[in-house]
Amino acid sequence: MNRFVYLDNSATTPVKPQVLDAMLPYLKEEYGNPSSIYKKAAASATAVSQARAQVAKALGAEPSEIFFTACGTEADNWAIKGAAFANQKKGMHIISSQIEHHAVLHSLEYLEKQGFSVTYLPVDKEGKVSPEDLQNAITEETILVTIMMANNEIGTIEPIAELARIAKEKNILFHTDAVQAVGSVPVDVKELGVDMLSLSAHKFGGPKGVGALYIKKGTKIDTFMHGGAQERSRRAGTENVAGLAGLGEAISLATGNLSEKATRIEALRNKLIEGVLARIPDSHVNGSLTDRLPGNANFCFRYIEGEALLLRLDAKGVAASSGSACTSGSLDPSHVLLALGLPHEIAHGSLRLSIGEQNTEEDIDYVLEILPGIVQTLRMMSPLYPGN
Amino acid sequence: MYSEKVMDHFENPRNVGEIKDANAIGQVGNAKCGDIMKIYMKIEDGVIQDCSFKTFGCGAAIATSSMATEMVKGKTVEEARKLTNAAVMEALDGLPPAKVHCSVLAEEAIEAAIEDYYKRNNLTFEPKKKCSGCCGSCDHHHE
Repeated sequence: MNRFVYLDNSATTPVKPQVLDAMLPYLKEEYGNPSSIYKKAAASATAVSQARAQVAKALGAEPSEIFFTACGTEADNWAIKGAAFANQKKGMHIISSQIEHHAVLHSLEYLEKQGFSVTYLPVDKEGKVSPEDLQNAITEETILVTIMMANNEIGTIEPIAELARIAKEKNILFHTDAVQAVGSVPVDVKELGVDMLSLSAHKFGGPKGVGALYIKKGTKIDTFMHGGAQERSRRAGTENVAGLAGLGEAISLATGNLSEKATRIEALRNKLIEGVLARIPDSHVNGSLTDRLPGNANFCFRYIEGEALLLRLDAKGVAASSGSACTSGSLDPSHVLLALGLPHEIAHGSLRLSIGEQNTEEDIDYVLEILPGIVQTLRMMSPLYPGN
Repeated sequence: MYSEKVMDHFENPRNVGEIKDANAIGQVGNAKCGDIMKIYMKIEDGVIQDCSFKTFGCGAAIATSSMATEMVKGKTVEEARKLTNAAVMEALDGLPPAKVHCSVLAEEAIEAAIEDYYKRNNLTFEPKKKCSGCCGSCDHHHE
């Protein structure tokens, strides 16, 4: 079986050819340091400022509000720790949700060890944070709210504009991890009303190792990397010029034809979800069916375990991911699935298929052809399956 | 991540299913941890004539179940009780550190089936070690 179907676009995406072309000059002849003053370095400096302008345009921000980082995780770390430490005299309480990415959760755990207190808001069955819960969690001590725009596992889109408005009414800073959202759904920092927003290039056809943090003008935040004057002295270190050129090109491409692309991907996603539910008994979809990333499909199949499912899919050429314990590196299944209220044994049997621009109708047909048989084979092996 | 032998036993598991006239059945693990192994044996004159399994779990859990059932088939009950998780791992050309508990579970599942056989035949069973049913690593993360 030579067929290969990549359905893990929430993990990473292939670099687009135009993106690679935009990067190559800065890995070859244009090697100048953007901080140098001679002519040779001008192209590098221009590339960095062009990338900044491209990211700013895509987010509805000013170029001076865009700060480059080495990844989405760094952007999250900086936003959360930087804002917490810079504002700790006002208070030491932070509000987040139970379904955040580990880049956010582990940054918050670190802050808890430093004396901050954190409220992790629960989510409903679809994975949504309730604005009322946020309202009720705010105290005099609250200095920061950080809630993701779209969940990486189940694709649920949070009501960020509404949540941010509640925080802003109390003059509390609002950060959103938009790593999964940018390039998939419209993201405009002014419409959302957020103070900080994290993104990562490799989630939308850019290279790995490049991210950005939007910091609204006037936001009080600590410097993250101390050193030279790069990123207006707030994040020192010689710029990843080729990576930034790639980020700029990728975000322009990804946000350029967003609604057309999203419509096509969503149609594939709906076909996949409907096909799986119709063909596989005792299966269900996790997350919201309406407020959902266009490319995300997340299922639970009862009586089987996710890693075994992934290995069988891989043997047939399908790359996917799971929230099972065996893939999370611990004995507990995904914290996101548990937060939805799923019991452990069902959460162990999850499968995430995330569709990207390169996927076709044939890819979906192929998965619908092989998945029911794989699930059934594993069920026949399972002592939990009542059908045998 | 997995050796070729593990992948072979995962993709082509030996001895899957129930033995209709099994006279020894043992189950270990729990769904919360994500691993359950159930072992069926047909024992005659103290010799394991047939052995099969059903497993809910990851690739390593299925492969270790498959290998363990292969290893005890044809052995006497006493010999089978000497099967260690290390021997199962060795036969599979090793397991990643995070999956060692699967081999422990396989050893315990064989032991649980034999214990069932002893009890059915009113024989005295001297447990070689205590286990609450899970591998015990539920309380902590792998690394």
